[in-house]
Amino acid sequence: MAALFGYGALILTFLLALYGIGAAIYGALGKKPAWVESARLAMLLTFPMISVVALTLIILLLTGHYEVAFVYNVTSSAMEPYLRVTALWGGQSGSLIFWSWLMSAFASAVTLRQWKRDREFLPWVIVIALVTLAFFVGLAAFAENPFERFWTLPNGNQIQAMFPAAGAVLITPADGKGLNPLLRHPGMIIHPPMLYLGFVSFVIPFAFAFAALVTGRSDDRWIRLTRRWTLIAWLFLSLGLVLGARWAYDVLGWGGYWGWDPVEIAAFMPWLTGTAFLHSVMIQEKKGMFKRWNMILIILTYCLVIFGTFLTRSGVLSSVHAFAQSSIGPLFFGFIGITFVVTLGLLLWRWNDLASEGQMSSLLSRESLFLVNNLLFMGILAVCFWGVIFPLVSELFTGQKVTVGPPFYKRAVAPQFAGLLFLMGIAPLSAWGHSTIKTLGRAIWKPFIASLVVMAVVLANGIRDWAALLAFWLVALVTCVTLYDYGRSVWARHKARGENLIVALWRLIGRNRRRYGGYVIHLGVVLMALGVVGIELFQTTTQGTIKPGQSLTISGYTVTYRSLAEFDAPDGRNVARAVVEVSKGGQYLGELHPRRDFYFDAQQPMTIPGVRSTMEDDLYVLLVDWQPISTDGATFKIYHNPLVNWLWLGAIIFILGTMIASWPDAEREPAAVTAAPKSNVVKA
Amino acid sequence: MDIAGQRAIKGLHSGKRAGANPRIKFFIGGLLIIAAIGYLIYSSSQSAAQYFLTVSELNGRGAAIVGQDVRISGAVVGSSIQYDADKLELRFTVADIPGDNNVIEQQGGLAKVLHVAVTNPKAERMQILYKGVKPDLLRDEAQAIMTGKLGADGVFVANELLLKCPTKYESAVPKQVEK
Repeated sequence: MAALFGYGALILTFLLALYGIGAAIYGALGKKPAWVESARLAMLLTFPMISVVALTLIILLLTGHYEVAFVYNVTSSAMEPYLRVTALWGGQSGSLIFWSWLMSAFASAVTLRQWKRDREFLPWVIVIALVTLAFFVGLAAFAENPFERFWTLPNGNQIQAMFPAAGAVLITPADGKGLNPLLRHPGMIIHPPMLYLGFVSFVIPFAFAFAALVTGRSDDRWIRLTRRWTLIAWLFLSLGLVLGARWAYDVLGWGGYWGWDPVEIAAFMPWLTGTAFLHSVMIQEKKGMFKRWNMILIILTYCLVIFGTFLTRSGVLSSVHAFAQSSIGPLFFGFIGITFVVTLGLLLWRWNDLASEGQMSSLLSRESLFLVNNLLFMGILAVCFWGVIFPLVSELFTGQKVTVGPPFYKRAVAPQFAGLLFLMGIAPLSAWGHSTIKTLGRAIWKPFIASLVVMAVVLANGIRDWAALLAFWLVALVTCVTLYDYGRSVWARHKARGENLIVALWRLIGRNRRRYGGYVIHLGVVLMALGVVGIELFQTTTQGTIKPGQSLTISGYTVTYRSLAEFDAPDGRNVARAVVEVSKGGQYLGELHPRRDFYFDAQQPMTIPGVRSTMEDDLYVLLVDWQPISTDGATFKIYHNPLVNWLWLGAIIFILGTMIASWPDAEREPAAVTAAPKSNVVKA
Repeated sequence: MDIAGQRAIKGLHSGKRAGANPRIKFFIGGLLIIAAIGYLIYSSSQSAAQYFLTVSELNGRGAAIVGQDVRISGAVVGSSIQYDADKLELRFTVADIPGDNNVIEQQGGLAKVLHVAVTNPKAERMQILYKGVKPDLLRDEAQAIMTGKLGADGVFVANELLLKCPTKYESAVPKQVEK
């Protein structure tokens, strides 16, 4: 019954979305505000509707209704309740529902805001939000239905269907297959939702861009309206990517965090265009340039978001993210193709209205460095895109499938990331408008010298690898420049107003959150770069089979095997857990417990590393194998990952910076009018 | 003339020079960057590209392909899996499956294609040697995607091993109820 109820609600949501699209277009074209208002209400109503659908599915998952194919495929009786809820996004059809749910929530939040000044945008924002929603809800309703159940037909055939022929008997399996053990991890609870939130919230700035194109408003109003949405979208997408990396490091047991897997790349591509967009909108706001380019970037981002959702949920490409092959590919490509053509057509129609208001004059000016930044982000995007489609292209032209792997990406992307780091170092100190090598040199020489001092220290520590030296120098440069810029401004406030340094820093950030939050993000990025350099260039590994009391050594560490125990855990797995002792230079540092869990329902083992983590390095121990009598020996593989913790620390700072940049400014609200004297003091 | 005056004239002069062709230097600069990125992509894909072959295609190439980096895909034959934990040497056999996703779909989906390949004694096979940790997902009728070289002895030495178990997600009618 519940399945039928959920499906009914799903169909109603779909119809509601279609109605909203029609009403919004009719109201906008015919200048009938009542119809637009009706579309707005339809938009708002989709949220409770899709909530009913999602909650029904969650209840089915929680109560173990295994006659529902989706429930059977992703849950089992042994799973804890919280994992049963997260199973909602553990399979394709459930994640479509989840995506739609988030989409509807965000779109409703947007339609609830004050629309006084921008009334003409409203219907078109609703159109885009509802078209996107209708597409995903439609997929769930007609192509990947999560409410389908198992039936035995009168002729004995067993099928999976929503509405079977008359006389069919429901099949109720005793237990489900269970979620893929790889996905039974706390990181899995938040990684996909964060990624989805990022995907979904990028729809909002796109909807406003579309509205601006349709209504012909060529100013930067749409950008100002969606600035915070874009930052929030970017925040979630970044969080999703970082959590995914952390999950891979903790769970996948290959000592790495990023494998240039097509699915990872699919999530990375909208992040790239989104990052380029975040930077280049500043030029439009400041100088009235790049208007067309910003439109192109947001269109690309939207298409890549849809493409990313598709890739992460289908088996078109060989990937460690093993999800089912499915028939919804052509639908996705059709949808992306139509969106792309329509919006590009609109853009061409408005091409002349979006002419640049200014011209760049100086190669080293801030705006021109932003342009280079955009080129590099597009360059990295081109690498990713080329890598993903390379097998298809080569097959088309040579009849032979040729693939590229991580070496391709690393080689093609590393110099571009180095270029971006270099830009982060010089751009904050370059001037808008006119800037020459001389003015830039005058601004930058102090932090530049400081970065050279850091280099000397690195050299003195015996590092001779040129790539590492260059990377460390760039990290030092960006750090010095950023701190220098902060220090200078804080000092100026301190001198001019006698504020103490902490207050000065606080007020400085408060005055221009985007700029100073942005610099915090830059600091986060360089720290992450430090971690990446550590693991990419200095990772070492060893392996061996040892008996209790024997040791393996790696980079000064001694790892001694003590014991191993096997036991059954209550949640349906058998655990083999080894105890090893770690010491360095004769000094005892502690115990690690690498283990291997075997999940009975999924018939699959999972290797969990024992990790000793410090800011200097990580010792990452994997239990590979063991003898039936554990005293006969066990096999370990050990990774030494220098500096990798800086990656996670950098990521936290990065996220904090994004939060600073996207924090709402209270003083811009209209309420300030009544408190005029006070706000004058703040602004003075 | 004082120094400030000289500077002013110099500034005017250089301003004029830049003003004559303000766009050309951006054009050239942008072109240089794009060309550099293009070259990076081209040269990297040249040096890192690998043929993606099926087992039977690899067998068909014979000696010509020995020692060359390639990527192959096949179905893991469960009974052939041998693991020497002391040396971390993993040996197993894969059976030929089609390389084209469309063909796989036509033949009834990946799970079925893998099952047919493993149970068909006539399917072409290839021995694999992989040095490293035994992957958690290695099991009968998994799809293995391997990067490595074919040795002169006919054994494929893989240095990268990716596995995919479609049966986990393919919603076939549950076996438990087929009584």
